[in-house]
Amino acid sequence: MTGIDWGFILNQTLARSLDLNAAVYALAAVGLNVHFGYAGLLNFGQVGFVAVGAYGMGLAITLWQTGPFVAVLMGIGFAVVFALLLGIPTLRLRADYLAIVTIAAAEIVRLLARSTALRNVTRGAEGLNEFIGPFRELSPFNPSLLYGIGPFQYRGSQFFAIVIGWVVTLLTLLLVWQLMRSPWGRVVKAIREDEDAARALGKNAYWYKLQALILGGVIGGLAGMVLAIGNATIQPDFFVAPLTFFFWLVLILGGVGRVWSPVVGSIIFWALITFVRNLGRAMVNEGLIPTSIMDTSQVDQIQFWIVGVALALLMVFRPQGIFGSREEMALDAR
Amino acid sequence: MPAETATRADVLADVPHEPGAPKPDPIVVVDGMRKAFGGLIAVDVEHLEIQRGVITALIGPNGAGKTTFFNLLTGFDSPDTGHAVFDGQAIDGYRPYQLAGLGMVRTFQLTKSLTKLSVIENMKLGAKGQRGERFLPSLFTPLWRRQEEEIEERAMELLRRFQLDHMRDEYAGTLSGGQRKLLEMARALMVEPKLIMLDEPMAGVNPALTQSLLEHVKRLPAEEGATVVFVEHDMDVVRDISDWVVVMAEGKIIAEGPHSSIGQNQAVIDAYLGAHHDAPLDPEQEDEWLREDRLELGDVPPLREEP
Repeated sequence: MTGIDWGFILNQTLARSLDLNAAVYALAAVGLNVHFGYAGLLNFGQVGFVAVGAYGMGLAITLWQTGPFVAVLMGIGFAVVFALLLGIPTLRLRADYLAIVTIAAAEIVRLLARSTALRNVTRGAEGLNEFIGPFRELSPFNPSLLYGIGPFQYRGSQFFAIVIGWVVTLLTLLLVWQLMRSPWGRVVKAIREDEDAARALGKNAYWYKLQALILGGVIGGLAGMVLAIGNATIQPDFFVAPLTFFFWLVLILGGVGRVWSPVVGSIIFWALITFVRNLGRAMVNEGLIPTSIMDTSQVDQIQFWIVGVALALLMVFRPQGIFGSREEMALDAR
Repeated sequence: MPAETATRADVLADVPHEPGAPKPDPIVVVDGMRKAFGGLIAVDVEHLEIQRGVITALIGPNGAGKTTFFNLLTGFDSPDTGHAVFDGQAIDGYRPYQLAGLGMVRTFQLTKSLTKLSVIENMKLGAKGQRGERFLPSLFTPLWRRQEEEIEERAMELLRRFQLDHMRDEYAGTLSGGQRKLLEMARALMVEPKLIMLDEPMAGVNPALTQSLLEHVKRLPAEEGATVVFVEHDMDVVRDISDWVVVMAEGKIIAEGPHSSIGQNQAVIDAYLGAHHDAPLDPEQEDEWLREDRLELGDVPPLREEP
C-alpha cells in the first residue's frame, strides 16, 4: 500500500548486525562479562579501556614508528597498565569504589587525549589519523571493492577490520570459556559470590580480582584496536561515557555470566537500532509520520527511546537476559 | 567414643583453671592482643593458649568480643597491638589466605555458601595448591585434569560423610540453612586444616540437624586430626562437645576450664548476670516482688496457647 522499502530495511538491519560496531561492542562486552559476570567487578568505565587500547596502538605507530604487531602489543600493554592503575588502589576496598574510580578514569583518559597540553602526542581533538598505513598493507582486501555474501556486504577498507574483529571475538570467547571452566574460573566466581569465604579458604582474592580486571580490560583494549583499524582514525570524543552503558546494555541483553551472551547481545542491539532507525526514516519520508510530530533528523534520537523500552520489557519478562539462567537469578532473592 | 573423649580431656587434667593457663601442647598462643574501635576496647587478651587436638569452646555474653577475637586470629581484622603464634610460627600481619595456607580455617556466623556455585564446586574450591588456579596453567586442561579428579574424589568422600552427596550438582543456594552449615564445614575440611574455627556453628540450624552437626564436630579431632575452636551460645552444646571452655567478657578472658568448672565460677556468673544479681533478698520481699510481677503478666494474654 505504501512505498516503505522493507527489503532495504531488512538488508540494512542484517548488514549492521554483523558490522564493525557490532564486533567492537561484542568484544567490549566480553571484557565487561569477565569483570562483572564472572568476577563481580563493577566497571563503569569500560570505554576507558577501549580508548587506552586504541591510543596505545595508534601512538606506537605515530610516535615510535613500530610495526603493526608491536603496536597491538603496546595497546595491550597500555590496557594492562590502566587496569593496574585502577585496580591496585581500589580492589582492596568495597566494590563501589572501583565503580566510582572507573567512571572517572575513563573520562580522564578522554580529556587527557584531547587536552592541548598533550597536543604533540595525541593531536588533541583532531585525533590520530596516520597510523593506519601498516594495517592497510596487511589487508588482503581491495579497499574500494565490496566484500561479503547476501545482505552482508562491506567495503574492503572496513572488511579487514570486521574480519579481525569477529576472529578476535571468537578467540576471546574460547579463552573465556576455557578459563571459566577451570579452577581459576571457580575461584573468580567464588569471589563474586562471597569474597570473605574465598579468602577464608586460602584464596588471595585481591590478586584474582586484579587478574580479572586486567583480562577484561585487555579485551576492552582489543575492542578499541579493532575500532581504530576499522575507522582508520582515533578520535578522543568517540570515547564518551555513554558508550560504556551501551556495552552494559549489550551484556545484560545477552545475559550476564554466559560465554556467548555478549555476541548475541551485540548483534541484537545493532539489529534493533538499525531497524528502528531505518523504519522511522522510511515512515517519515512516506508521510506516515507527519513532520509536525517528527522529522528524519529526530528519528536518530527516538531510536534510543525504543531500545530503552525494549530493554525495559526484557527486564520485565526475561530479567536474566537471553542466555541467563532464571534459576540463578532466583538465588539472589533468597 | 567415651574412651576417646576421656583421653582428650585427660591432656588438660593438670592445667589450672585460670585465665591464661599454660597448656602442654598449644597450637595457638596469643600475647597482649588488643583491639579498640574508637573508645570501645573490643578485645584485650593478655595471654591465651589453645591446646592442640581438643575442642575448645569460646563463650561469653553478647558483645564480649568473641567474633572480633576470631577475626583478629584469622587475619580478617588486625589488632592494634599483640602477637599470635600458630603452630610454632609467628603470624602477626598474616592475611586470611596465608593463614588458610598454614592450616587455619574458619567458618562464619552467617553462613557463606557460594550460592551460585554447585555443592561440588563449593567443595572443590577448598582444596589447596591447585595448579589450575593459576592463570596460565588454567588454560591447558591436561595440566590440571588429574589433580581435579583427585580433588573431586576427596570432595565426594566428605559429601557422603556429611550426607550431602545427593545434592552434589545442586546450586548451594538451594540448600536449607542447616545443610549450608554442613556444607561450609565440609568445605573447610577440604583445606585439610590443622585448626578449624567455627563461629556459632549451630546458629540457625533446626534441631533435627543440630545433633548430626554436633556429631561431625565431635569427630573432627579424631578423624581429621584437627583442633577445633568454636563460638557458641547454647550451653547444652558447649557441655556436650567441648573439652575446654574459655570465657570472654568485655574483651578479656575471665575464666578457663572444663565446662564443669565454669558453671560455678564467680567471674562468669557475674559477667552473665551482673555483679549484683545475687544481692540478698528477704524471702517475703521476694514473694511480694513475684506477685507484682505475675499481676502485671496477667494483664496480657498468655504467650502460648496449648491446642
